[in-house]
Amino acid sequence: MNTLYFDNNATTQVAQEVLDSMLPYFRDYYGNPSSMHTFGGQVYRKIEEAREQVALLIGADPDEIIFTSCGSESDNTAIMSAIETNPAKKHIITSKVEHPAVLNFCKHLSRKGYRITYLPVDNKGRLEIESFLRAIDDDLAIVSIMYANNETGVIFPIEKIGQILKERKVVFHTDAVQIVGKLPVNVKDLPIDMLTLSGHKIHAPKGIGALYVRKGTRFYPYIIGGHQEKGRRAGTENVAFIIGLGKACEIAAKCMQKEVDFVKQLRDKLENGLLNNCPDASINGDRESRLPNTSNISFEFVEGEAILLRLDEYGICASSGSACTSGSLEPSHVLRAMGVRNTAIHGSVRFSLSRYNEEKEVDKVIEVMPEIIKDLRLISPFGRERLIGKACTS
Amino acid sequence: MWDYTEKVKDHFLHPRNVGEIENPDAVGIIGNIVCGDALKITLKVDKKTHKIIDAKFQTFGCASAIASSSVLTELLKGKTIEEAQKISNQDIADYLGGLPEEKMHCSVMGREALEEAIKNYKGEIQPIVLQEKIVCKCFNVSEEKIRKVAQENHLTTVEEITNFTKAGGACGSCLGEIEAILKDVWSIKEPIKIDTSFPKKLTNLQKIALIQDILEREIRPRLQADGGDIELIDIEGNKVIVGFRAMCVSCPMGGITLKSIEDKLREVVGEEITVVEE
Repeated sequence: MNTLYFDNNATTQVAQEVLDSMLPYFRDYYGNPSSMHTFGGQVYRKIEEAREQVALLIGADPDEIIFTSCGSESDNTAIMSAIETNPAKKHIITSKVEHPAVLNFCKHLSRKGYRITYLPVDNKGRLEIESFLRAIDDDLAIVSIMYANNETGVIFPIEKIGQILKERKVVFHTDAVQIVGKLPVNVKDLPIDMLTLSGHKIHAPKGIGALYVRKGTRFYPYIIGGHQEKGRRAGTENVAFIIGLGKACEIAAKCMQKEVDFVKQLRDKLENGLLNNCPDASINGDRESRLPNTSNISFEFVEGEAILLRLDEYGICASSGSACTSGSLEPSHVLRAMGVRNTAIHGSVRFSLSRYNEEKEVDKVIEVMPEIIKDLRLISPFGRERLIGKACTS
Repeated sequence: MWDYTEKVKDHFLHPRNVGEIENPDAVGIIGNIVCGDALKITLKVDKKTHKIIDAKFQTFGCASAIASSSVLTELLKGKTIEEAQKISNQDIADYLGGLPEEKMHCSVMGREALEEAIKNYKGEIQPIVLQEKIVCKCFNVSEEKIRKVAQENHLTTVEEITNFTKAGGACGSCLGEIEAILKDVWSIKEPIKIDTSFPKKLTNLQKIALIQDILEREIRPRLQADGGDIELIDIEGNKVIVGFRAMCVSCPMGGITLKSIEDKLREVVGEEITVVEE
């Protein structure tokens, strides 16, 4: 059975060119880039080339790129660095809809005496700037706000937030793993100090990420040890993966515009096709300001996991905000923060596309989905009537 | 991805006995749509032998909830009520070749629905009605409850119904409907007129009073019953600002509670209402 992959916000297929660029560095050029000999030294040069490729994609200086093991490490590093370099400040601002790499790290810090403000979002998933303005104070160590949300694709006003913070000289970090490679990002025009990106969201492998740190930003390493990455991140370089990330960034920079148009057109076709053919379905998130590849749709009165497993029968891969798919049995914190009705959260499905999707795959989803939803609604005791259930008060 | 057995997948993809038996001899309902899963089983029982002749289910939930319900109905058919009583949630899980630990609650739900159905068969309880007709949307009072309370307490006026059930005590848009129900209960044959007119646009003062009333009379008692509480901090236009108190402060389900309060206010006051935490 063919795989119809619509879960690219979870992870992406490694591009063939990326894999090809990596393989020699397992087999043939296995030297340590820190070694004195030519055999190792040539590897060092390839790493610096990759650093340039990553820098180029986001308009940074190569010196401003630190390679890490993943997006989560970059996020943790950024926040830790800010609080290590501002030991007197005990306040952190983030949002309610961050990735767990930021959210749970902040929760961890709150147990260590830090005060965390979690900014709310409105019913379209847009950040409430008013509450951000109210939360700013002199005790602020860092603001960490994602650039685009992984579940809804909603893009946050990073430029606006950065401008407000610039005057106050507060460290501003943005987790940009979902937007880098999907839309143009240029740190030269953005008033940010640190930015997280991740390899496996842009057709590089899992296990490689990067942190952009603007020149002049005070930095403190998270992993302490050797002198790698100019003392900013210890540990022998993950050579092949760094080279793969460089290649993926090079490809992303080259085909960005073409890809954006292509993916957006497929996404819109999918979205409209589903909305037109499935009753009681609605989009979660601001359609005006959204990643071009993401569509989060709620199908009322059915449960997300059941939808996913039925889709799985056709080889279609998507994800859901339903409690039953989360492992923790808690429904999506993002949709909850948006105030999406519980009945709609349980039946939410996220489709996220990439340049490797084809129109016929979209057609297949539009073809099978209405039947799946109908079948599951026939099993459900709630049918199609809108019902207000009893609220959970515990 | 959950590690489901072939048997779970089979019963999920090809559920047995889906539907609802007409004029059932026993009904068992458990769960609700807000919390993510709900199950309704209906049974046809031979009154002489107490043998279950037919069993059907309707389930809102994930794959394992659907599979557990399907298996339950299969297990029930042909058994006597006494034998059925012995079916445990483990029996359901075993029949499915096991369930992931996190999904065992689906088998428990099956067992609970069965218990409800057996109690109902023995006449011990009336099943909760999943799709009951809600007359008073402010206080979530069903037509059935109004009829029952009216008959049991010999209530003849709308005011008495409000005092006994709260129905009609907030926005008042269902008062006409309550009156019609009362007339029907006491067999006054008159064409039933149901007031379906949309409530008038509220003034700011009316809106604030209504929000306060709903919080005081309905939401706070419910939270207090669970050791929690809530305080109304302010109302800015359509934004209702509240603060959690007592147990609610540390409750991980705070977001859901907030949402359910918002749902209630939206339903009664207007769709534009949002509820936020201070």
